[in-house]
Parts: sequence; C-alpha cells; structure tokens
Amino acid sequence: MLEIKVGQGSCGISAGAGKVYDALQAAIAEKNLPAKLSVTGCIGMCFLEPIVDIYNGDKLLRLVKVMPEDAETITQYVESGDEAVLEKLLVSEQDSAFLDKQTRIALRNCGIIDPESLADAVAHGGYAALKKAVTAMTPEQVIDEIKTSGLAGRGGAGFPTWFKWNAARQSEGGPKYLICNADEGDPGAFMDRAVIEGDPHALIEGMLIGAYAIGAAEAIVYVRAEYPLAIKRLEKAIAEAKAAGYIGEHIFGTDFSCDFRIKAGAGAFVCGEETALIESLEGQRGMPRLKPPFPAASGYWHKPSNINNVETFANVAWILQNGGEAFCAMGTEGSKGTKVFALTGKIRKGGLVEIPMGKTLRDVIFDIGGGMRTDKAFKGVQLGGPSGGCVPKEYLDTVIDYKALSATGAIMGSGGMVIMDESTCMVQMAKFFLEFTTKESCGKCVACRIGTRRLLEILTRICDGEGKEGDIELLEDLCQRIKENALCGLGQTAPNPVLTTIRYFRDEYEAHIKEKRCPAGECTALIRYEIDPESCRGCSLCSKKCPVGAISGEVKKPFTIDPAVCIKCGQCADVCRFGAVRKV
Amino acid sequence: MDKHDALRAVLEQYSAVPGSLITVLQKAQDIYGYLPQDVLREIAERMDIPVARVCGVATFYTQFRFTPVGKYFIQLCKGTACHVNGADTIARTIAEELGISDGETTEDGLFSLKCVACLGCCSLSPVMMINGETYGSLTPAKVRDIFETLRKEAENDA
Repeated sequence: MLEIKVGQGSCGISAGAGKVYDALQAAIAEKNLPAKLSVTGCIGMCFLEPIVDIYNGDKLLRLVKVMPEDAETITQYVESGDEAVLEKLLVSEQDSAFLDKQTRIALRNCGIIDPESLADAVAHGGYAALKKAVTAMTPEQVIDEIKTSGLAGRGGAGFPTWFKWNAARQSEGGPKYLICNADEGDPGAFMDRAVIEGDPHALIEGMLIGAYAIGAAEAIVYVRAEYPLAIKRLEKAIAEAKAAGYIGEHIFGTDFSCDFRIKAGAGAFVCGEETALIESLEGQRGMPRLKPPFPAASGYWHKPSNINNVETFANVAWILQNGGEAFCAMGTEGSKGTKVFALTGKIRKGGLVEIPMGKTLRDVIFDIGGGMRTDKAFKGVQLGGPSGGCVPKEYLDTVIDYKALSATGAIMGSGGMVIMDESTCMVQMAKFFLEFTTKESCGKCVACRIGTRRLLEILTRICDGEGKEGDIELLEDLCQRIKENALCGLGQTAPNPVLTTIRYFRDEYEAHIKEKRCPAGECTALIRYEIDPESCRGCSLCSKKCPVGAISGEVKKPFTIDPAVCIKCGQCADVCRFGAVRKV
Repeated sequence: MDKHDALRAVLEQYSAVPGSLITVLQKAQDIYGYLPQDVLREIAERMDIPVARVCGVATFYTQFRFTPVGKYFIQLCKGTACHVNGADTIARTIAEELGISDGETTEDGLFSLKCVACLGCCSLSPVMMINGETYGSLTPAKVRDIFETLRKEAENDA
C-alpha cells in the first residue's frame, strides 16, 4: 500500500499543510483509496512547504508547494499509478540536492516518522540505544562512549558533554536531576523546535540515557511556551513512552527508574542561561546565579543537576548505537560530529541544514542554501543570534568549527544563520540586537542592565543621524567593559553584534557619523525620496497613495515630493510602476 | 464551572507543590485571559508567597498580561529573520490599519498587539500569530486582507 506523509511542523502548518492533509483525508475516504495517510514532522525544506511525500515501497516521490486542490491530482496518481500526472508537483533535482548534501544525525527521523506514534519511532530504531545502555552498559561506560564521540554542547557554548555528565555523576548527594534546555530563545534559530515537533522520542531517549549516566531520578524538559505544537507532541510522546514502560520504574526490567515531565517556560531569553533556567524551574524570576558552584554540584533545589540542549540529547542515542568512534570520525580536530543550522533571511532555500563540522560557511549558504533570494549581493551572515556576530563575505571560507567561528568574533551558537544582502544596514543590525538584549536583560548586574542600555542609546543616535566623532571608540570601550563585568553569558556576549559590525563594517558606521549617510538606505532619518522627472509619467498613483499628502503635481507631468512633509514611509516607491521614485 | 471555581481547583492542586508558582500563573491566565489584581492576591495568599514576589515573578516574564486582551490577539514576530525581511513595515501597516502599537488594544476591543522575540517560523518571515494561528510571508496587502476577514468573522459572530 502507498504511504502518504504530510510534513506538519509549525512552519508547514502555517504554509497550509493542515488544509492539504484534510483535503487528502477526504479524498482517500471518499474513494476508499488504497493509501495510508499520516503526519510527519519538519522535513527541513521550509522554502518548499507544504510538502507531501509518497512512499511506494522503497521509492519516494516528493511533492512540493502542494495546495489543497492538488489532492485531486494525487488521487489520480493513486488510482492510476501513473507518475506522469504528478510531474508538476515533483521536487526538482536541484532542490532535492538541499537534502542530499546533508548528513543527518540529530534530525535522522525528522520528516520521516510520525512524531505522534511511538510504534513508528520504535520501528525506526527508537529506544534500542536506551535498552543497550541500561541492560548492557554501566553508567561509566556510557559516559566513556560519549567522551569518545567528542560530543559538545549544541546550545552555544560547546562544552564537552561527557565532562558535565561525569561531574554530575561524581557529585555527592541527591536526588539528582537531568534537565533539557528547550528554551530556544535565539531569534533566528528553530532547530530545537524541529527536533521536538518531528522526533520527540529522540529527545526523550537521549535524556533517559543521560539520566542513567548521571544517576538522575527525574528528567525535566524546560520548553518555550511559544512552541505550543512542540509541547503538545512532547506531552503525547511522554505519555506513550510511560505506557510502554520506557519511562517509570524498572526500565527494561533493570534497577534504573526515571520520572519525566515538561515545564513550560513563560518567555524570558535569559532562561537559556542554565542557572537562570534553574531559578525559573523553581518558580522564581529567571535570574542567573553566581558560578561556582556549578549545577553539577548544586543546581535544581541545590541538588546535583545536569543541563544540556535539545540537539545535544538528540545525538546521544545515535552515538550509543553507532559508537563514539563513528561520530568522532566526522568533523574537525576540535569539533566533532554534525551541527544543525537554521538558514533564514535573504536566502533562496531557507530551512534546516545538518552537516558535518568542517564544512565552510560558503558550503552551507551557497552550495546548499542556493545563495541569495534577491538580486542584491551577499553582505554578511549573522551567526549565533544576540550573542553572536556578523561575518562578512571575506570570511565565507571559514570552516564550521567552534574555534574557527569564535576567531571571527561570532560564535557557533545554537545554529541560527541569518543571511543579509546589501539592503541591510549593519548599524541597524547592531541596534536591533541591542534592543533585544536591553529588553531581555534580567537586571541583576549593572554591567548588563545599564551597559546595554547605553550601547543602545549610542546606536540609536548614530542611526538617527546624530552620531558624534568618537562614538565608535566609545562603543568599543563600553563593549569591553560589559564583556569583562557582566554576570552571565547574556551580558558577556551582548556586545558581540556591536563589536563584529564595527570590526567588519566600520566604514558604514563612519558614513553614518561623518557623512550622515546610510549606505544600505535603511536608516529613515538619513534617506530621502525623490521622483526622477525623466522616468515619471505623471500617473498620480504615488500622490494618491501618500498618507500625508506630500506628493503633488499635474497629471501627465512629473510629480514632486515635499521633503518637509514626507514621512519616508516608502509607499510611493512601492506603488510606482516606472521605478521613478528613488531612495537617495 | 465558573472562573473562580476553576482558579480554586488549580490552587488546590498546586498550592503545596514547591516551585509551581509559574505554572499556577499560566493556568490562571488561561482561565481569565489575563492576570487581574485580585487573582494575583488570591494566589499569593493561598500559596503563602508575598504578593510582591508573585507580582515580581509575573512581571518578569513576557507571557503574562495584566489587562484584558482583544478578541484577536496578534503576536508580531520581531526576530532576526523577520527584521531582515521587513517586520518593521508590517508593524507600520498594523499601526495604520488598527491604530495600535505594541501592548495596546483597539477601542472596539477586537484586536490587541504584542511584539514578540521569535516565533521560530523564520523561513516564513515576516510572520505574525493571531490566536495561535501563524500567518507567514506577510506583505502590507496581505495584512489588510487578514484584518478584513477577521472583522467580518467578528461581525458574523456578533
């Protein structure tokens, strides 16, 4: 029988996958078609959503940008078996290369299995590694295997996972807790959401193995409240795993018992910092604690605790099944295995990309991502969100490796990659991130609470055309002081977007300050709109559209904009059919 | 069950569970749509936590609201990808169409706007979520159409 799978991650659903599923379900029921319809998670090719996969035995037919009305075509195919009818919907060879060029470990089952079916997860190898760990390995052997693999924290810092596990294992006292940080707050990153929505059992299994390794009696997932679908699927997966005996007392008939629960976050970026997350779990304001003591010694309720990120856990079962050596064989000297990136912004093929460490930024952005979506040139890539930095085109051949990326001033981070073209102003970009960190600063330490605010004020001044000589040096000095004095990772890394944009795009800052000019044409205070009398046909459309009546003229003669009245909203340029309105 | 009974049931279940204040606040907001002052007081009393601390926790997290929201709760994404792809233009369109900015509600009580950090649907940027449903690849025209549809829907409901 044919199997039809509709990709239903959050983004697939908002692109209309739910309606496609309903249409297919109705068609199959109506004609009693010999096809099994199911849901799968994010396939990762977000630029082609909604996606429908038809499995005919071993053969996969991938249909892209499917609309509800295409259900009829699919019905035709199911009835006739004639692939030709699907031709218009089939993914192009060029687009399928997006997936073919990837190596998927953390995302191994995403877009393949039904995330709401334990049976499907088990059929794809789920919980085999857990069985192996608890029945055939000691906790120390598990930690050793992870050590061999070289797995490092995928949440951003890249700290060796085995080291944290071992520290928690060695800590005295109890009960011990194993916590998953699923508070994916970096704007521009969504790999954790994709893993939970697409393969929740991979997370649960990885966490249970971790709990066994450190000797934890309870595992807790702290997940963003902004991810309702992820929470729903995870809840269902936990309930099913409990019913099947993978969670609870005497797992696989051994002495290992572990409870499991979800805690929904309430919206605070700082809770991605592990001690702030612990405070939040305890029902407090999410404010970081001083370290040491580290959570491995004194964490949740001041008991030994271990915290890892979703993607880190998603690799664990694969490592135990395939061996630490196999994982370690991929990557570079200092960074092992694969990393998932969320490719967004002005990119042609946006989506999730998992590749071995050691590939270059160029491989990801141009080879897999297909380059720019606009006709403007590549300007830079923002890595690692508000803690990261903007890397310009000269550094496209930088390899993906914790150290190499840090050397550019950016960080690996959680894997957000936002692509920018020449229309993005880098001062605005820095200001954008500082607006974010200022809002998200918890307020506990002065360096972050007040320092980020002062940075934002200076950046705002520069964007408004009121930048002063010496502002760049002032920014640099302030950044350095914040980095040195802030209490936690949020404050210590908040200056990175400012420092990297100054380092690579200093001329843009200087143009704003000295010439009162925004080269990208994004800072409203520094641009104005003009009508080119040569190109204007006098159609009057712009003047009708102008919300403030700043455009006047006689029909069939060139119109003009009164700069004193103009609010620079740009609507005139949007509506002009002759390209006569220009931003200068 | 009326709202107050529902709140009492939540407090019954959680008041003795250590560390459950945020969960209680989330459930109270689900019941009332926001966190009214007397509800915060009742939570404080029943959980034996000072009111100041309850308010301190509630105001720390962006999820909690202290005024009622409109029928349609718009969450406009201001994440990086949305920023690069024109979230500011969308914010301007919302301001023009509805006359509200971040944190405000229209006079007719239909629409409320909240700007949020990242909804995690970056490939569809710019994005907004209305009552849990995501709308992607927004343009000013598309936003106007969406509001038009919702206004009609509200009229039919009334």
